[in-house]
Amino acid sequence: MKIDMEKANQEAASRILSSKPTLIDISTAGRAIPGMEKKKILHAGPPVTWERMCGPMRGAVIGGLMLEGLAGSREEAEKLAASGEITYEPCHHHGAVGPMAGVTTYSMPVWVLENKTFGNKSYCTLNEGLGKVLRYGAFAPEVIARLKWMADVLAPLLRAALHEHGELDMKAMISQALQMGDEGHNRNRAATSLVIRELAPYLVRLDEDREKIAKVLEFMNLNDHFFLNLSMPACKCTVDAAAGIEGSSVITTMARNGTDFGIRISGLGERWFTAPATMVDGLYLPGYKAEDAAPDIGDSVITETGGIGGFAMAAAPAIVKFVGGAPADAIRFTQSMYEITVTENDTYQIPALDFRGTPTAIDLVKVVETGILPAINTGIAHKEPGIGMVGAGLVKPPEKCFHDALEAFVEKYAP
Amino acid sequence: MAENKITKLFTQDLVVINMGLESFAENLQAENTEVLQMNWKPPAGGNKQIAALLARLGR
Repeated sequence: MKIDMEKANQEAASRILSSKPTLIDISTAGRAIPGMEKKKILHAGPPVTWERMCGPMRGAVIGGLMLEGLAGSREEAEKLAASGEITYEPCHHHGAVGPMAGVTTYSMPVWVLENKTFGNKSYCTLNEGLGKVLRYGAFAPEVIARLKWMADVLAPLLRAALHEHGELDMKAMISQALQMGDEGHNRNRAATSLVIRELAPYLVRLDEDREKIAKVLEFMNLNDHFFLNLSMPACKCTVDAAAGIEGSSVITTMARNGTDFGIRISGLGERWFTAPATMVDGLYLPGYKAEDAAPDIGDSVITETGGIGGFAMAAAPAIVKFVGGAPADAIRFTQSMYEITVTENDTYQIPALDFRGTPTAIDLVKVVETGILPAINTGIAHKEPGIGMVGAGLVKPPEKCFHDALEAFVEKYAP
Repeated sequence: MAENKITKLFTQDLVVINMGLESFAENLQAENTEVLQMNWKPPAGGNKQIAALLARLGR
């Protein structure tokens, strides 16, 4: 073998542990994200064409084109989406991440985070809430109206408050939230509360209409997933620091677009290894059933890649009410993830496991060797465009992409 | 001497660690014998092609 894999993986893990994800600003995708253009749409997961997009991602693209004023109706949007005029690129190719469909368009507000240790940035839209929302494929007038309010009122007020407050240390906040029953992927109730606690005094001091400020606070308070769009870019700029290390088999990206599940490996550069996205085993909202579900979708699995989410489920026993299973399952999921990771987190700790650090830095070789696949919890979108969220659950990624990545890794490093 | 050791084995309580097929452990448990079932699988679940790749990485 040409490399010291152990040393390379320790370096990757050390970069993840020493990262300091910090919220520095709120901007728009057009202004902040490198390479963003008016007719470019960023989406979740590995690359995908309009023709191969699943229903909820198509729905989100339709809504995104309407939000940008590029189409006036579903029909117009579908025609434009298929015309070749619109460029589709993964969020991950732009330092960004997006939950579910992950659709990010030019004028959407985005959180801007910086990894203070390594200087790299990450971006993510603001969370709309659950149910009938764009990221789950809905594009009804109220969905577009909410997105416009978020761009016109929510983002500017939060930005002004953040500037008064100063930068927010996301690592400290996630660490606190894990002590309060969150896991950072599908349970973000504590972290959302912590953000409100930090920003509320600065919001109320703004020279703005009181009713507007109240609506901003109310919007955040009514959305337990509000912090998801902060935990995701926090993990993104953290794990990006471990990318491109020669000889490292640490997984630096896991993401799905509803058609394919894809991974990228530190020592294999930007190359994606994909396999068909799998179905989620979950709990359904009243009126919906498994037949309504789209396959697994979203960049939110960056949380597991960064050592929280499904990997920290032991910290969040109450999550099983949302994704299914029993509290003992949540503990078992976390414990089994120590088998496939390089290290234990020195900041993110789990009270129920005697404050043991979360399993961190997934090693491709260990995944293949043990056959233990990363534990992921996730939302479920309706398979048809225009409907929205139908449930949440647990999902196993397809084994094939891990096998293919291992083959490429061996070809490169042990030919 | 060897004969004595074997005889002794049959007169003392069994200490059993089982690897692989769980039904071996279950049969002993049914006879009220304490068994530790090891959570063990062959590398790559026994997939020879993948195991060969792992071997090239020194695993």
